[in-house]
Amino acid sequence: MDYAAVIVLQVAYGIANLALIGLGLAIIFGMMRVINLAHGEFLMLGGYTVVVATNNGVNLWFAMLILAPVVVGLIGVVVERVLIRFLYGRMVDTLLATWGLSLFLIGLVTTIFGPTTTTTVSPPVGALKIGDFFTSGYELFLIAVTLALFALVYAVLKFTKLGLLARGTMQRADMAAALGVSTSTIYMITFGLGAAVAGLAGALLAPITGVVPTIGAAYIAKAFITVISGGAAILAGTASAAALLGFINQAITFITGPTVGEVALLVAAIVLLRLLPTGITGRFFRRGL
Amino acid sequence: MNRWPDKGRLVAVGLIGLVFMFGAPQVLQLFTVINLTTAIALAVLALSLGLVWGFGGILCFGQTTFFGLGAYAYAVAAQNFGDTTGAVIVAILVAAAAAAILGYFMFWGRISDVYLGVITLTVTLILFNLIRRTSGPEYKIGTALLGGFNGTSAPPLQVPWSGAMLFPTQMFYVAMGALLIAYFGCIWLTRTHFGRVCVAIRENETRAELIGYDTRLYKLGLFSIGGGLAGLAGILMANGIGRVTPDLFGLPYAAQAIIWVIVGGRGTLIGPVLGAFGIFYLTSWLGTQQTVNANMVLGLVLIGFVLLLPKGVVPWVMERVARPRRSAKAGRARVRAGRRAMQPAE
Repeated sequence: MDYAAVIVLQVAYGIANLALIGLGLAIIFGMMRVINLAHGEFLMLGGYTVVVATNNGVNLWFAMLILAPVVVGLIGVVVERVLIRFLYGRMVDTLLATWGLSLFLIGLVTTIFGPTTTTTVSPPVGALKIGDFFTSGYELFLIAVTLALFALVYAVLKFTKLGLLARGTMQRADMAAALGVSTSTIYMITFGLGAAVAGLAGALLAPITGVVPTIGAAYIAKAFITVISGGAAILAGTASAAALLGFINQAITFITGPTVGEVALLVAAIVLLRLLPTGITGRFFRRGL
Repeated sequence: MNRWPDKGRLVAVGLIGLVFMFGAPQVLQLFTVINLTTAIALAVLALSLGLVWGFGGILCFGQTTFFGLGAYAYAVAAQNFGDTTGAVIVAILVAAAAAAILGYFMFWGRISDVYLGVITLTVTLILFNLIRRTSGPEYKIGTALLGGFNGTSAPPLQVPWSGAMLFPTQMFYVAMGALLIAYFGCIWLTRTHFGRVCVAIRENETRAELIGYDTRLYKLGLFSIGGGLAGLAGILMANGIGRVTPDLFGLPYAAQAIIWVIVGGRGTLIGPVLGAFGIFYLTSWLGTQQTVNANMVLGLVLIGFVLLLPKGVVPWVMERVARPRRSAKAGRARVRAGRRAMQPAE
């Protein structure tokens, strides 16, 4: 019984991990049709924010939950103003430009902090005892934060004026502009929000993975698989794809080890796209958000 | 219709290539010649992406998938067979087959070009992670250990049926010869009926389909050929460094392949090749300078070209060169204008 609880927790963590990594990307992609290949580097910047802040004596909780999203969100706003806004409607070019941005950020961070792992942050939550088994309390905390984050994004999109304007702009930018909405500002804020969520995710995962300039490459594959398999709906898509792929990944990992688990994740995603080319929410939960 | 309006230019390119092939080892130091072999391998990779992306409109961000698979298949097969001629054939076939399988899922799933880029990139990154974890003695194919992060050794090419190993200079001849053959092979391919249909699909897939072509088959064919060519690049690369490592699948090579094509020019074949040589020397030079991080410069180059010169250098230069002559020689200009119409639409 206790063993089953531990396994369920592991599967839930695998799902939460994918959802957390993918959400920032999904916001930017779902809202703006911009595929941000620098997403992994936004996560990396979130991690570095935590490392730098805690080294300078800032409280870890504050650095992780407040400082990292704010810093990376601001970087996102700058990136949108300097680079992305020239490329709306040119999807392939945004892909290439954000890839250039990704390389640039890797190079910049390597120049500043050096190419090796910077001081890792130890998880602020200790181990948790379930019956005879110990499991990571921090993973449980991450599951809770992911749920809270999804609820928060849902509430912002559904119940605030900003959310209403953002959804309107997403559906018909020209009509929103005709009604007096500054779509350019909305795009800027959306991109900043997506970057902030990515920064938060990177900060939260920093204690588990450590921080290296090239860590983005480890995240980006999983994030893209999740978001593309999810389809157009931001929250429903990311959540359903993360649930399906996270379950497959953890199940296969449990049976055969992590090497095959990651391949199973990829194969499942490619087969899924063969069956549902528009992603899960292209067929199911169409009215989801 | 004249399919070879630029015969003179092609002959010139071929001659320059031959002069370079036989001249470079005479005047350059051995170290430089070995380095050049690596650059040539990368140029073949650039050529494969230039063919697939520039002429088929297939936005493959993970061309390194087939590059790495070709290199690994060559190393593993050569260690098992003890002979490299068979290994070369196996490697090219493995790479082309991998492209065919991946292509089936993508083209029959009707995935749009942007998703296609992301999926191919994901495939190469996952392979990178997978191969990196194969360090234990249980991960072996035949007698060849995969070796995880450190990779495995790639036996140097041998003369077919004799078993005599090639020296680095001879390896350079082989690599350069392969590049020239691959280049002119690609030129020929893009001017066959098959190649023209691929260009038509790139320009307007729906229209090509309505005319009656099964666009999925044509794309699959082109993608498989590109995969095989990338596999050949992998073989040359394995010979250039003498080892195959998971880095061949990694993000740096995948990103550089895109940069070569963007800088050189989509829709041309010489552009990606020149782009590969140029960026190779830029990164080597930056490596010796030790002042600026190479990734940072590459990132800025990519952003700069996307924003300011999205067509690439070669088409830009060709337009500048072709324009003043048009009034003087109207006949040849018309041919040039026809060729310009073959360039991808913005």
